Amino acid sequence: MSTHPHLHRDDPKDYLHCEYGIRSWLFTTDHKRIAILYLVSITLMFFVGGAFATLVRLELITPQSDLLQPETYNRMFTMHGIVMVWFFLIPSIPAVLGNFLIPMMVGARDLAFPRINLLSWWLFTASGVFVLITIFIGGVDTGWTFYTPFSTFYSNSYAVAAALAIFINGFSTILTGLNFIVTVHTMRAPGMTWLRLPLFVWSNYATAVIMVLATPVLAITLLLVGIERVFRVGIFDPALGGDPILFQHLFWFYSHPAVYIMILPGMGVVSELVTAFSRKRIFGYHFVAFASMAIALFGFLVWGHHLFVSGQSLYAGLVFSLLSYLVAVPSAIKVFNWTATLYKGSVLLATPMLYALAFIGLFTMGGLTGLFVAALGVDVHVHDTYFVVAHFHYIMVGGMVTAYMGGLHFWWPKISGRMYPEGWAKIAAGLIFFGFNLTFFPQFVLGYLGMPRRYATYPPEFQVWNVLSTAGASILAVGYVVPLFYLFWSMRYGKIAPRNPWRASGLEWEEADSPPIKHNFEEVPTVTKEAYHYHEGVRLG
Amino acid sequence: MVEAEPVGPHHTPLREQFEALGQQREADTLGMWVFLSTEILFFGGVITSYMIYRSLFAPAFHIGSGHLDLVSGTAMTVILLASSFTMALSVHAAEHGLRRRLMLCLALTLVLGLAFLGLKAHEYYHVYQERLVPGSRFHLEGPHAREVQLFMMHYFIMTGMHALHMIIGAGMLIFLITYAARNTYKNYTVEICGLYWHFVDIVWLFLFPLLYLFELRTR
Ligand SMILES: [Cu+2]
Repeated sequence: MSTHPHLHRDDPKDYLHCEYGIRSWLFTTDHKRIAILYLVSITLMFFVGGAFATLVRLELITPQSDLLQPETYNRMFTMHGIVMVWFFLIPSIPAVLGNFLIPMMVGARDLAFPRINLLSWWLFTASGVFVLITIFIGGVDTGWTFYTPFSTFYSNSYAVAAALAIFINGFSTILTGLNFIVTVHTMRAPGMTWLRLPLFVWSNYATAVIMVLATPVLAITLLLVGIERVFRVGIFDPALGGDPILFQHLFWFYSHPAVYIMILPGMGVVSELVTAFSRKRIFGYHFVAFASMAIALFGFLVWGHHLFVSGQSLYAGLVFSLLSYLVAVPSAIKVFNWTATLYKGSVLLATPMLYALAFIGLFTMGGLTGLFVAALGVDVHVHDTYFVVAHFHYIMVGGMVTAYMGGLHFWWPKISGRMYPEGWAKIAAGLIFFGFNLTFFPQFVLGYLGMPRRYATYPPEFQVWNVLSTAGASILAVGYVVPLFYLFWSMRYGKIAPRNPWRASGLEWEEADSPPIKHNFEEVPTVTKEAYHYHEGVRLG
Repeated sequence: MVEAEPVGPHHTPLREQFEALGQQREADTLGMWVFLSTEILFFGGVITSYMIYRSLFAPAFHIGSGHLDLVSGTAMTVILLASSFTMALSVHAAEHGLRRRLMLCLALTLVLGLAFLGLKAHEYYHVYQERLVPGSRFHLEGPHAREVQLFMMHYFIMTGMHALHMIIGAGMLIFLITYAARNTYKNYTVEICGLYWHFVDIVWLFLFPLLYLFELRTR
């Protein structure tokens, strides 16, 4: 009986050309095609979220509210947050690069559950449609955090529609996480031991654990919010006997770990880039791998640092503050190990490496300012100010988006079979780095001076910093649009990519074509070497 | 009982992403375990919320719990435990290729599951008649009415989510029975469905004391 997989053996066509037509894409179970579907979806959502950010930044050029009414402004920053967090950042590296690479990196033909993988994308698309509907009927003004009782009672916007979108989105995330966990456990090729796994796999594995264990809590919390809003029962509304702090606990029990969904995969990408472009084995493989797991674990124990000024007990605040410092340890281990990997490496400053170096710097800034806000006393001063906004944008945008861009360029030859134009890519990377810092560094200053977040107006003395920030945002926007054009261009006109253009280690480079065939490898590879075996030489294919 | 022929490997097609049947089985089983760990956190969120309000509004929750029928709650618990037993027998039968016993045990599990859902529906109807469904029709005299409503809300969310899982489980059983009737089942599929079924039962074993046994503890 030939139910067995080697059907496509004698079909040499790569995954992009083995089938044609819209159905072969929308109903594909190939992890690589699903990755492309995600890439298209989240790119669209990135520019939707970016449009909201543009409006926010334009409004903030002047101290008065002139471009937008304050009510509209509230909806703009809320939709910016919702779209960027759940429809871009959370799926970004895992669902695009993770989907594409994890099966190849572990030496498998596909994820463990290809049809569930497709279901994930369909759920994501359904939730995306819901969020777009929410936008078109008028949006939400609660902030992406849906704090009660505003979200359940006072808000006149479409909180239930948005919550429903995020609820569905959550199941898509959970199924992706489930697929990754099972794949890493059961689909590794012969010889691919846990400690030979690329660090990208480790960090996505840690991410998947968070996805599976944190997301359901968000789902049930949003369900409770929806029920309270529809049935008017006081689950969280103090006027009806409920407890709004309980909402904050449940929400942040999800959302703090979710922050690590939005950074751990980026760390995984950077580990790959730093080794490939230093031509050195990573310094302290075990430490970097286990630091990912430690971050995932500690991430579940620190949610209370979002409640320092919410009426949480002081003792709880102290404990949460100390535990939050603890997260800095594995994060710092990673930064030190990347730096030590660079030391005496033969560093090649190609575009992906520029992004990786930018990540290390910007993430360090974001991480260190994270220690400021984790300190009880300092947090009272900077809580709900632009300092916090700047802090998490350094992590989310300076960290995750930068890593995503680096990873996209690095694996673009593998994904598309073409090289991107290096000159344009370097210009875009430079624009992003400069634009990003000009946008968000002034916000640290603004926050420290006391400008609160989430207001359409501000005292005139803050205008200079706000104008600088908006100027930076316009450069940043150009930096993100340029790659959209040249990556499209390169799909047709780019140089044909060889199997391993970076001379990088890893099964996806050494054993698979660019672009890979449907089942990734001609033969399931047997692994005999450690990860990042640059000192032993890399097979160029 | 007449022994059916053991199930041959040709009944378990190997999906193309896998190398071997053992790997496929391992992946499918682990997939269910990971899914159940998600489920624990899903129920965990609402159980946490319930526990907090129960400690904040103990007298009201006491009253609310008193409106539930302890006898029917106990009956539901016994029925579910029995269904877990028949489910375990199904798994055993599947492993040994005893097809007719498998069908019988699955059918018994299904009947017990449906009996549970019937009792649950009856209880919902009873609560509805007492006008204790949260919302505008809710009616209760006394100083704790608002918090009793909170109890009832949690009661409906927790048992409703549980009942939804039971309905999905019943659907699963119907599929398994038809596969068994056509002799096209994979023995480990029964085991994986069994994991799910037992999990849903365990959830009930938490809900039952939390919601119904309030009375006994405080008496
Ligand atoms: Cu946090």
